Amino acid sequence: MATKKNKSSIRPLRLGSEWPYAPAPESAAIARINEQYELFIDGKWQKPAEGTYFDSINPATEKKLYRASLATEKDVDKAVAAARKASDKYWKKMSPAERGKYIFRIARLMQEQARELSVMETLDGGKPIRESRDFDIPMACNHFFYYAGWADKLEYAFTNRTPKPIGVAAQITPWNFPLLMAAWKIAPALATGNTVVLKPAETTSLTTLKLASIIQEADLPPGVVNIITGAGITGAALVRHPGINKIAFTGSTAVGKLIQQETAASNKKLTLELGGKAANIIFSDAPIDQAVEGVVNGIFFNQGHVCCAGSRLYVQESIAPLFIQKLKDRMATLLVGDPMDKNTDIGAINSAEQLEKINYYIRLGKKEGSLHYESAASLPKKGYFCQPTLFTKVAQSSRLAQEEIFGPVLAILTFRTEDEVIEKANNTPYGLSAGVWTDKGSRIFNMSKRLKAGVIWANSYNLFDPTSPFGGYKESGYGREGGLHGLLPYVSF
Amino acid sequence: MKKLLPAVYNPLLLAGPAIDQTGVEERTTRFTKRSIKAASKMQGLLLTLRMIDLTTLEGKDSVGKVEQLCYKALHLHDIFEGLPTVAAICVYPSHVHTAKKALLGSSVKVASVATAFPSGQSNLPIKLEETRFAVEEGADEIDMVISRGKFLAGEYAYVFDEIAAIKTACGAARLKVILETGELGSLDEVRKASQLAIAAGADFIKTSTGKIQPAATLPVTLVMLETIRDHYYKTGTMVGMKPAGGISTSKLALHYLVMLNETLGADWMDPHWFRFGASSLANNVLMQIAKEKEGCYQSANYFSVD
Repeated sequence: MATKKNKSSIRPLRLGSEWPYAPAPESAAIARINEQYELFIDGKWQKPAEGTYFDSINPATEKKLYRASLATEKDVDKAVAAARKASDKYWKKMSPAERGKYIFRIARLMQEQARELSVMETLDGGKPIRESRDFDIPMACNHFFYYAGWADKLEYAFTNRTPKPIGVAAQITPWNFPLLMAAWKIAPALATGNTVVLKPAETTSLTTLKLASIIQEADLPPGVVNIITGAGITGAALVRHPGINKIAFTGSTAVGKLIQQETAASNKKLTLELGGKAANIIFSDAPIDQAVEGVVNGIFFNQGHVCCAGSRLYVQESIAPLFIQKLKDRMATLLVGDPMDKNTDIGAINSAEQLEKINYYIRLGKKEGSLHYESAASLPKKGYFCQPTLFTKVAQSSRLAQEEIFGPVLAILTFRTEDEVIEKANNTPYGLSAGVWTDKGSRIFNMSKRLKAGVIWANSYNLFDPTSPFGGYKESGYGREGGLHGLLPYVSF
Repeated sequence: MKKLLPAVYNPLLLAGPAIDQTGVEERTTRFTKRSIKAASKMQGLLLTLRMIDLTTLEGKDSVGKVEQLCYKALHLHDIFEGLPTVAAICVYPSHVHTAKKALLGSSVKVASVATAFPSGQSNLPIKLEETRFAVEEGADEIDMVISRGKFLAGEYAYVFDEIAAIKTACGAARLKVILETGELGSLDEVRKASQLAIAAGADFIKTSTGKIQPAATLPVTLVMLETIRDHYYKTGTMVGMKPAGGISTSKLALHYLVMLNETLGADWMDPHWFRFGASSLANNVLMQIAKEKEGCYQSANYFSVD
C-alpha cells in the first residue's frame, strides 16, 4: 500500500508548458475592414453631420483598426426619422410572413460570412477566436433564425390578444458581445414589426457595421434598421429623442439608472439588462471536477467581461481546500495571449480603461487582506492583458465580493449550510444569474426558488439558447430578452 | 523488494464525488481543440510510439505470430533511423515465454493478460494460479480484469480482495487492472471502480479488454485520470493509466496526450505512467511521422502489417 506522505511534501503537478502546442493563428486577412465607416441611415452609408470620426483599436496589439463616425444629434434625428418613415411606409404594413423571410435572409447571410464575422469580432474586441467562432457568431445567427420563425406566429405567442408593433426602437449594445447583443435586440424587434435605430459600443462597432452591410445585402427596405456609431453623447441623444417608442439598453447599472431617470416622464417603453455579481455555489456533494470547469467557464469566459459572470464563488467549507487546489491546477493550463490563436483560452482585455479598472480591484483586494493568486502564464508585452486571478479568504463585507469587476477576477467565499449560502448569495443589489452545483435534485429546486436571480444554472454555467429568456432582478435590470418572453417588450395590445 | 501487505477493504474507499456526464463530455471536447502541428506533433507522435503496448490477444495467436510482433516492437520502421521502441508487448500467458525470449536484452516489457481474460468468470485460485504462471514465465506486467458481475451486484469487498490477492501474486510485476468500462454502465461506476482498484493496489488502471464495445473513450479516460489525480493529491503516490481498444489513429492518440498533459501534467507524460493498448495505432503513427518527415503521405503498403 502507498504510504501516506505529509501533504505539504507532495510535489505539485507539473502542468503547463512542457509540451508546447503549435501556434495556430487565424488569418486577419479574412476580415475585409474599411479604413473608415460612415453611418448606416435610411439604407445608405451617410457621413456624420459634424464630420467627426474616432479611431477604434485592436486591444491585443494597441494598433488602430479603423475609423468610425461619431453620430451627433442631427444624425440621430435623421436616423429616427428614417426609422419612422420605414415603419409607416413598409415594415408595419408588410405581411408577417414576408417580414420573416427578410429575417431568415439576414440569418443565412450571417452564417455564410461567419468566419469573417468571427475574425472581425476578435480583432475589434480582443476575445479569443475560439469563442467568437464557436459561441458569439453562431449564437447570433441562431437568434435571427429563431425570431424569424416567430414573425408570422405572434398570435400563438399571445393567445386571444392582438399583438401590434410599438414603432421605433432605440437600442444600445455593450462591448462584451457586440454582434450577439445586436442580434438579441434587432431580431425580436424586426419579428414583431418594429423598426430600429441601434448604437453599438464605442470600442466595438465593427461587427455591427458589418451586420449593416449584410442587412443592405438582404435588401431590407431602407430605414428598417439604422446603425449609428458613436460615444456616450450619441447614446444620450438617442435616448432623449422624442421620436422613439422604446429603449432597449444593455450595459452598466450606472448608465441604466441615468436612462431610467431620463425616460421617467415619457411613455417610452424601457428594458434594461445591466450589471451582475453572480454567485456560483458549490455544495460538497457536487460533481467536483466538472464544477471546477464550470467555475473556470463562469469567470474566465470572455476575460470575465460577462454581465452574468460567476464572479462570487461560494464553496462549502468541507471541500474548500481541495476545490481551490483543483481550481489553481486548472488555471495553470489556461493559455493567455494572442486572441487570434485558436489555442488561446483568455484573450485581451477590451480597453485600457477596463484594464485599469480591473487592476484597481486587484490592488483593492490585496489591500482588503484577501489572498491573491494568479496563474503563472506569461503575458504578451503589447496589448491589454490580465492574468486569470483569484482571491481566497474573501469576506462577504469586502468590496471585492460586492462590486462588479467585469474582468478575470474571482472572489472565493465559503459557507456551511444551505440557508446561509442563500442569504449570502441574495445579499447583493444585483440579481442577474447564479449557479448551483449539487448532485441532489431536490436541492436544485429549492435553491432555484429562493435565489433572487433571473437565470439559474444547475451543474452548468454560461449556457445560452435563443429559446430561453434572459434578464435580471433588482439592479440587474428588467425585461427579458430571448425566447417567447423576448417578444413582449416589442409589442402592444 | 519490500514485502507488501495486502490492502484491506473499507467501504469508505468508495466515497467519491459525483460525475456529471455532460460536464465531462464538454471538457473532453476542449482537449480536441488544441493545435498539435509540426514540432509539437512530432514530439507527441514519438511519445505515442514509446507508450504503445503492442497487443495480440487472439485465439489463433501462435509462436510465429508472437515472434513477428516482437520483432516489430524492436524494429518499428527501420528505414527511419532513431525511432524508439514500443513500451511493451501484450500477450496471453501461454505466449509470455516466447515473447520474453524474443525481446531478451531490450527494454521492451512483456505484459500478460491474466485472471480468465477477458470475462474474468472463474474462481480466485485459478486466477491466482494463472497470474503466478505468467509471472514465472517472465511477465513484467500483469493485465487483470475485475469481476464485473460481482462489482455490479455490489460485492465490492469481493472485487477488492480479488485485486489485492492478484497484486500479491504479481510479486515484482506491475499490475494493470482492467475495469472494462464498457460494461459498467455509467461514469459514476467508472469512478467507483477506479477508486476500488487503486485502493486495492493497482499500479495502473486500464479501461478495457478490447473485446467489448465501447472500449476506451475520452470521457471514460478523463474520469479515470481525475481519480488518479485525487489519489495523488491525497497520498502523493502516482498511479498509471492505460486506455485500451479503439484508439487506432494518431489524431485520437494526440487528443489523449493533450488530456493527460492538462490533467496530470508532465510527470505522467512517460511510458512508465501512461500506455496505449492498441494493435493498429503504431502503423498509423508511423505514417504520420513519414508525412512529417517527407511532406506527403505514403501508401499503407510501405508499413509492415502484423
